[in-house]
Amino acid sequence: MEWRDEGIILSARSYGESGAILELFTREHGRHLGLVRGGAGRRHKSSLQAGNSLAAHWRARLSEHLGTYTAELMKPRAGLLMEDAFSLMGLSAACAVAGIIPEREAHPALYEGFELLLDTMDDPDIWPAVFVRWELGLLQELGFGLDLGQCAATGSRDDLVYISPRSGGAVSREAGDPYKERLFRLPQFLIGAQAGAATPDDVAEGFRITGHFLDRHLFTPHGRHLPDARIRLAERVFTRSRAVAN
Amino acid sequence: MPVTGPEIERLIQLLSKLPGLGPRSARRAVLQLIKKKETLLAPLAVAMADAAEKACICSICGNVDTQDPCAICSDPTREPTTLCVVEEVGDLWALERAGVHKGRYHVLGGVLSALDGVGPNDLNIGSLAERVEKNGIKEVILAMNATVDGQTTAHYITDRLEGLGVTISRLAHGVPVGGELDYLDDGTLAAAMKSRRPF
Repeated sequence: MEWRDEGIILSARSYGESGAILELFTREHGRHLGLVRGGAGRRHKSSLQAGNSLAAHWRARLSEHLGTYTAELMKPRAGLLMEDAFSLMGLSAACAVAGIIPEREAHPALYEGFELLLDTMDDPDIWPAVFVRWELGLLQELGFGLDLGQCAATGSRDDLVYISPRSGGAVSREAGDPYKERLFRLPQFLIGAQAGAATPDDVAEGFRITGHFLDRHLFTPHGRHLPDARIRLAERVFTRSRAVAN
Repeated sequence: MPVTGPEIERLIQLLSKLPGLGPRSARRAVLQLIKKKETLLAPLAVAMADAAEKACICSICGNVDTQDPCAICSDPTREPTTLCVVEEVGDLWALERAGVHKGRYHVLGGVLSALDGVGPNDLNIGSLAERVEKNGIKEVILAMNATVDGQTTAHYITDRLEGLGVTISRLAHGVPVGGELDYLDDGTLAAAMKSRRPF
């Protein structure tokens, strides 16, 4: 068994004295693990950093085996993002969240979104909103998409300003106002407006919403919690939004 | 079937667990030790027994020594207001080998890792903030590895120490001494280009 594909490193753990278990998010083969011989050594370690894109070649005797990777660096992102705390936080959080994607299941659209997200990470005004949209896409792709097209209570398509934390459906102002303390505010950039148009407050609310549904539908059912890196990122985004507001 | 007595087999088995040694190399090492029983094996056994009895972790910085506080923390000639933060004891030893830091150290005992579930409470970060606050530290040098986890930890510590009135610096990233650009990996080159400074 063997294949070649491009992939983004989600993690690389040391294995034995010099090997590394590489977790790649590939375009055609989804999230896929494999052993890199010498991956913890000086020659490979700098390339095997989360966020870097690789041209990977996977080989194994049987398809269900872990297999081995040989890889060549295509795009080094980690080195560029290390300087900036906020971007690095975003990179760690994105890779940690992507770790919930089922193994060996191709999600090309999600892969492309992930690539786009990482490529925007040098622009702190844009990537947080792209991150929220990617997480919405993740929920959608894994079967837990939020229905933001019409009001879950009245069916109306106008004036949608809330999201129900239970159903994940949008709720119109008229139907939601009496329960607004229990509903999420629906940031308008999630229903059509461009990501760049989102205010810091909108983005912070977006992180709260996707965090809630990711935890509820993807992490908790697997006996896991939302990754710490993702929680810290949401806190940072919230702090930034408060700073802008003041 | 073992070809030697259980004592020697056990020695081989234990040595083979050390980094860089497998069963075959452990066997060779044991043979060498037995050949030089008086000059090597016996003193080694005494040295290991001594180390096992006396080795301890410094309660101030986390270094490994045979005294607490360690030799570095109790050395009055070291600059007491400069603190170099490292991930592991091995990093401290590397900096000491180079002889480039004349201040004191703080060993974190690892790095934040989302994957391995290592959070701030699993590291010696609280004691670092306490040291900075109580001991009049003026500069903290973050000497973490240039990895995503290492730098995430460095940024986290920077946030934690904000407001304590301490200067925070970190090691430079880029071209190593003697390095040729042609042979550098793309990530290092990118980091070096981004961290360039006036010349």
